Amino acid sequence: MAGLSLDLIALQLFAGLALGAIYVLFAIGLSLIFGMLTVVNFAHGAFYMVGAYVGVYILGLGGNFWICLIAVPLVVGLFGLVVERFLIRPLYGRGIDYPLLLTFGLSYVMVELIRILFGKTGYPFDTPEILQGAVDIGVGYFPLYRLFVIGATAFVLLALWLFLEKTSFGLIIRAGARDPQIVRVLGVDVGRVWLIVFGLGTAIAGFAGLLAAPLQGVIPEMGSTILAEAFVVTVVGGMGSIGGAVLAGLLVGVVVSMTSLFAPEMAKVSIFALMAVVLIVRPQGFFGRAGLMS
Amino acid sequence: MNEITRSCPQTQAVPVSWLQFATRHRASLASLAVLVFPLVMPFTALAANILIYGLYALGFNLVYGYLGLLSFGHAALFGTGAYFCGIAIAHFGLPWFAAIPLGILGGLLMAALIGVLAIRTRGIYFAMVTMALAQCVYYLFYQAVDWTGGENGLRGINVHVIDIFGVRLDFINPLTRYYVIAAFVIAAFFVLSRILASPFGAVIEAVRENETRARASGYDVTRTRLITFVLSGGFCGLAGALQALHLSIVPIEILYYDTSGEVVMIALLGGMGTFFGPMVGAAAFLLLENLVSLWTVHWQLVVGAIFMICVLFFPAGIWGTLISRGKP
Repeated sequence: MAGLSLDLIALQLFAGLALGAIYVLFAIGLSLIFGMLTVVNFAHGAFYMVGAYVGVYILGLGGNFWICLIAVPLVVGLFGLVVERFLIRPLYGRGIDYPLLLTFGLSYVMVELIRILFGKTGYPFDTPEILQGAVDIGVGYFPLYRLFVIGATAFVLLALWLFLEKTSFGLIIRAGARDPQIVRVLGVDVGRVWLIVFGLGTAIAGFAGLLAAPLQGVIPEMGSTILAEAFVVTVVGGMGSIGGAVLAGLLVGVVVSMTSLFAPEMAKVSIFALMAVVLIVRPQGFFGRAGLMS
Repeated sequence: MNEITRSCPQTQAVPVSWLQFATRHRASLASLAVLVFPLVMPFTALAANILIYGLYALGFNLVYGYLGLLSFGHAALFGTGAYFCGIAIAHFGLPWFAAIPLGILGGLLMAALIGVLAIRTRGIYFAMVTMALAQCVYYLFYQAVDWTGGENGLRGINVHVIDIFGVRLDFINPLTRYYVIAAFVIAAFFVLSRILASPFGAVIEAVRENETRARASGYDVTRTRLITFVLSGGFCGLAGALQALHLSIVPIEILYYDTSGEVVMIALLGGMGTFFGPMVGAAAFLLLENLVSLWTVHWQLVVGAIFMICVLFFPAGIWGTLISRGKP
């Protein structure tokens, strides 16, 4: 291969990190919700998709991308709160499969509602004007918007880390993930914590959907593809582990973009090959605790 | 099953409830229902569809209902069965009686492959891993255009006549086609009933009820799970093969996530872990889908909402709810 230089590989690596950033945001919400509520949110992809459509709606009203960045997580998170309170809460204590099945049904309803409201065909989503173009990052020119995606993800991660590690509410969340019974005995309303964690997780999913919109366009089915890929991320990283989700998300992004450089037709399959290897070598994932899933 | 092992004293004139009767003769009764079904159904093509999806759900129910593992990747087993059968006919010109066993073989092989990887994880992980692996199978078949036709689907599966020992059956005639498919489904009923009634069937349910206790009793839990998953693949592979013959095309969507999801809905709607549930669920689901799509194109909204209501209020499904009424 003649045109294959180190610079090209480095550029592709960056492209992989930008793609991985979306996976990280998506998987973190999934992991946060699972770690706390032991609910596998099959509607996570639908929340992601709704995030992108809320962005489309706000832009249609004459808003700009920066308003979307604030409003989308709020709207999607609020919707998440309603879903937890009225649909998932009645199912606690009924076995681990039922919330999963419910969110699966919910994803059908959400996708179909979006089809009714916005039509079956997708929307293009323009990159905001200031973020168009490319910048020189030393090894070559890189699209500015992808750099912004990496930066925004880093910002969300930092904020989440500060929230979980440095605030008293974050302490309650971490304690609740470890042992909800003791936390309840200590007089904490665990139900309220679960509500907020579900809202937070879905808000991050909506944010991820908005960030992905200029990269991939907006269609009602955009959530179901990323859901399967995010499951790979959580299996590779270890379910319920936020650090694992970050590392595995970036790794999956880089693996995809590297295989699309060398063997484009194998790009999608490479993700699942990675998962198969991890399942054989280390079934609990990078940071997963063995026996957590039993 | 439960009702038999509990063994009421038969010497006294205990009135045998309809439920006990139905349990003992479950395979025969299900076969009877399948035989008279097209007489009450307005569209025979839909009836054949219900039969195939019922068989697909029967295979799924073996894993979720009886073994207690929730799989979101059964489309890979169903689809591989369909593709193996279809490729045997369209590419190699094999007759139907060779193609259908190949479809079953495809389901078994794919189940073994997915099973070996997915069984390594437990609990809720299983749903995620099976879904991801099935998605991988979808992309692989999508890429193999020469064999599968890729996006356009596999065409040219033309079986017009089913020839059994000189008796020529017209496979174009919807009613004949229905009964040919029904013959395979009835055979599957008897095989499944035999598996469930065997000691191995009891181990399957023991693993679902209490994994630790089953292991302590000396049963190899991992092997039981793998074998059950592979058996389920055989049933789903057969369903896929019949679907390929019925449609005379294998669309690529047969491997997609939605096909995995549909069978979860069907099995839950009908009743998890019951013998008749999957067939009842398939009939309810497909009739509902057909009725609602007469009225609106957004049938997924209605189906999804009904599924959510079922999860929230009727987790036992249609047949399961009927059974709990029948129990003393």
